[in-house]
Amino acid sequence: MSEHEYVPKSKAGKWFNDRLPLLTLGAHLTDYPTPKNLNYWWTFGGILTFCLITQIVTGIVLAMHYVAHADLAFASVEHIMRDVNYGWLIRYIHSNGASMFFLAVYIHIFRSLFYGSYKSPREVIWIIGLMIYLLMMAAAFMGYVLPWGQMSFWGATVITNLFSAIPLVGDSITTWLWGAYSVDNPTLNRFFSLHYLIPFLILGLVVLHIWALHVPGNNNPVGIDIKKPSKDTVPFHPYITIKDAFALLVFMIIFAGFVFFTPNVLGHSDNYIPANPLVTPAHIVPEWYLLPFYAILRSVPDKLGGVILMFGAIFILFVLPWLDTSKVRSAVFRPIYRQFYWIFVIDVLMLGYVGAMPAEGIYLVLARVGTIYYFAHFIIVMPVVGLLEKTDPVPMSISEPVLSGGAEPSLARKVNDKV
Amino acid sequence: MIKFNTKLLFLSFLLLISLRPLQSAEMIDPIKVDWSFKGLTGTFDRASLQRGFQVYKEVCASCHSMQYLSYRNLGEPGGPEFSEQEVKFIAASFEIEDGPDSQGEMFTRPGKPSDKFKSPYPNTQAAIAANGGAYPPDMSVLVKARKGGANYIYSVLVGYEDPPPGVTLDDGVYYNKYMAGNKIKMPNNLMDGLVEYADGTESTVDQMAKDVTTFLAWAAEPELEERHRTGVKVIIYLILLTTLVYLSMKKIWSRVDTEV
Repeated sequence: MSEHEYVPKSKAGKWFNDRLPLLTLGAHLTDYPTPKNLNYWWTFGGILTFCLITQIVTGIVLAMHYVAHADLAFASVEHIMRDVNYGWLIRYIHSNGASMFFLAVYIHIFRSLFYGSYKSPREVIWIIGLMIYLLMMAAAFMGYVLPWGQMSFWGATVITNLFSAIPLVGDSITTWLWGAYSVDNPTLNRFFSLHYLIPFLILGLVVLHIWALHVPGNNNPVGIDIKKPSKDTVPFHPYITIKDAFALLVFMIIFAGFVFFTPNVLGHSDNYIPANPLVTPAHIVPEWYLLPFYAILRSVPDKLGGVILMFGAIFILFVLPWLDTSKVRSAVFRPIYRQFYWIFVIDVLMLGYVGAMPAEGIYLVLARVGTIYYFAHFIIVMPVVGLLEKTDPVPMSISEPVLSGGAEPSLARKVNDKV
Repeated sequence: MIKFNTKLLFLSFLLLISLRPLQSAEMIDPIKVDWSFKGLTGTFDRASLQRGFQVYKEVCASCHSMQYLSYRNLGEPGGPEFSEQEVKFIAASFEIEDGPDSQGEMFTRPGKPSDKFKSPYPNTQAAIAANGGAYPPDMSVLVKARKGGANYIYSVLVGYEDPPPGVTLDDGVYYNKYMAGNKIKMPNNLMDGLVEYADGTESTVDQMAKDVTTFLAWAAEPELEERHRTGVKVIIYLILLTTLVYLSMKKIWSRVDTEV
């Protein structure tokens, strides 16, 4: 990174900075050269940081009032809702915050998929991001168990039972996870402990994610390497900070809409019924953000096969940088891949939809087609299209969209103006 | 690209709206009531809450507990808002078990506003045994615990009918067109003129069902009025701040040749 050496102005600042270069770090963060053509899809990194901090702060307050015991958990949540000052607000921010977190992370991931941000030299950023995503799913799942309602209990039962599909040791592992012979008080206790731990692991990974980002610098909508700093870049502060702030505020308006006006619309009404091991709900469904994977799980007639495919659906993303054979990063210049990208988006949405439906009839057929296509997208489409596709001409720099030879001016202008 | 995104949004929107009717295909939709607490600025009808409490106390409370509510809640802002004297009087009309005292004995005393609502049965098993094997659910969060919310509760209360020909019911089972599976173990407890409203309102079945549902909606979401009020303020504040930040952003970015 070609940056001028930062020297603090004050003597005290210099003294401190020589011993711990925090001020240098601060200067690096504010000066950090950022491509000037980043569009609003790039604001979700900041939004996600906000989501994580919101979840941690509200979560710590909730933990002060919550009781992790099978007999008391449900009542303690009602205590938070009724007797704790602004407890209803804190809890609704936390529960809706989880959904908003996933909404933002999905946009962030699909942004990366469209613009090829996972490609060299950013593979490590991508992989750390996926680890964060995996931890997020674990944290969200365990958090959903804590109110100890019917969906908490039965969701926990279904998901932990997946591990019993492992040959030979499956049942032992499941019992070990439960800490009992069924989902019970010990399960609730450990889920609470882990639910409190995971966000801090995520926080650590976020630091690594940003660190890894600051080595090559941001990708951008055009997907080309740029010189930093140059006339293609702007300093992070104030240009990107103000833009991120604006996007964050728009996001917060939507967030507040959920919290204040429809706080339970994203949850399931059954979770306001206290957990009852003797009564199974008619349909056990996970939260919306896990539905595509739930659809993949149920599309396979064999339990172990379903579990393998479900985890495979996530783990295949880890090797994505090596499955994509294209030399061009951004889908803006990849006319064929771009079509497949949108088909893939629709496929994932469809999987999410059938995940909420009973696994029978047409839904099962759709789930199977969707699952096959999901994997085909990564295993067949990405390597093959990358090799065969004739990409559009890529501009030399962000500031000079006029291309050398055979350029399509309208496209170049569109990229420069709109993205 | 912009075009693609609009398409995508439209598609996901279509998916979302098609999701709803499919999920509830097995039940007929509950009656839609124009509740005063609906909408962004909805508030509870105070008189209806007080009447609803009366219906709860005189009819529902003999089987249904409301264990997460305290008598003091009845006097709090955003609820039925009974006066302090009324709340004390209501609480004192219940005999609450307390103790142990210094001799180790349990004793009963008149209720205080800080006491939780007295449950009709000592435990779940006793409630099930006394109700033909069906547990009368605790009503503290019942409105939030049922798909369809207040509309559903109201519909069930007014949805009792003679079973259609061909449907036979066991003893102690009743036919209700809004209940999932149409079979309910709670008898139709509401009949015209059942309670005598203090404010002179005519106690028709429909009126009592609406009042008690309003009361249950408040019990499930006692923060609703404050939530709506705060929400409106928060959204207005955020919109103003967003506008200011947007203008600042435009100003700052005017220094470079790129649009934001």
